[in-house]
Amino acid sequence: MSGIIKKISMLRTGSKHERSEKSLRGRSSIVLRVYRANKAVGDSAHYDTFDVPIQRWTTVLDALLYAKSYKDTSIGIRYSCRMASCGSCGMKINGIPRLACYTNVSEMESGVISCEPLTNFPLIRDLVTDFHQFFSHHKSVRPYIINQNADLRDRKELSEFIQSPRDVDEYLQSSYCIKCGLCYSACPTVATDTKFPGPQALAQAYRYSADTRDTGSREDMKAIDDKHGIWRCHFAGSCSSVCPKGVDPALGIQLLRGHMMSFSKHNKKIAELKHHSHGNQIT
Amino acid sequence: MLRERQIMRIHYITGLAALFVVAVHILMRLIMPFHMSLQYSNVIANYHNLPYVVLLESILVLLAIHGFNGLRIILLELRQNRTWENGVTISTIAAMIAIIAFGTRTIIIANGLGVV
Repeated sequence: MSGIIKKISMLRTGSKHERSEKSLRGRSSIVLRVYRANKAVGDSAHYDTFDVPIQRWTTVLDALLYAKSYKDTSIGIRYSCRMASCGSCGMKINGIPRLACYTNVSEMESGVISCEPLTNFPLIRDLVTDFHQFFSHHKSVRPYIINQNADLRDRKELSEFIQSPRDVDEYLQSSYCIKCGLCYSACPTVATDTKFPGPQALAQAYRYSADTRDTGSREDMKAIDDKHGIWRCHFAGSCSSVCPKGVDPALGIQLLRGHMMSFSKHNKKIAELKHHSHGNQIT
Repeated sequence: MLRERQIMRIHYITGLAALFVVAVHILMRLIMPFHMSLQYSNVIANYHNLPYVVLLESILVLLAIHGFNGLRIILLELRQNRTWENGVTISTIAAMIAIIAFGTRTIIIANGLGVV
């Protein structure tokens, strides 16, 4: 894990443009090493290599799709939006969890790009992993607004929460999470403790705890205040380093711990609720 | 049954308090040359000094609580099943009580209250 952190810090040094100029110089193709395994048919784990032509704008996902289209159609890969919105194409690229669609091949230092499935997830086939446990941890923190006063299902009476920009700033960053699982894959605690909810779920717990529209207390929840809960975070910070959306789960976890420890004042402000009868427009 | 947040609060507080009392304990070694501080007569004299006895007992209790809870946390991360978790919790609490009892007995004996 320290190797991953070292690689991440190495990648963060130096300008992205300089690196891409340097690494692309005189290179028209790369070697793609793709992890292959299909235990369902007794296929043991191995790497297949493919020579893939590249352009300046080629992403790792483009390279993989080229290999899948023209070299080996059996490569197992999950993807959807191709624009870092859906979080489907998470994988380890040269040892670091990244989104394949958001990683340009020119960012890579070497001409050989290794693609492996995300660690800390059960493998389904090749680069495709099972997110069942990840989403069950996510659901366990009740990742939605709980407010008994606002009946969102009653269309006859519309409700409006009044929040200031400052209130929004408290949780906005954490709300950018796309549930790609990169932080979960990079977390050293998840690697050893399968009951640990992981950075994504805990950051979402913070996100809804910090939201003034929410009145439900998540701090007493068993998933969080448990012997395998929030207290097992080692604050390695690798979750924040790999997040493609700039979310800082490590910070969210520390802030939530501070609230739970009562080291920080936590008189939660609740957003004012304005009711509008049916037909009146909300301004 | 304590909540995990209460256990961790105790863990952090005992850790910080242990830092303070151990610092005082080390400083007490420096009021005379180090080799002299470990001579039998000086050690026994320390055990007869009531404030120092309180300090030693505090170090014992604080480090035992902090250390064994730390050990419990490490062991809980190794495996996740109810038998292991209960076993680890019971074992570490038992070991903590045993260490505190044995250390307290040593302090009492050296202080001269336990023997005639």
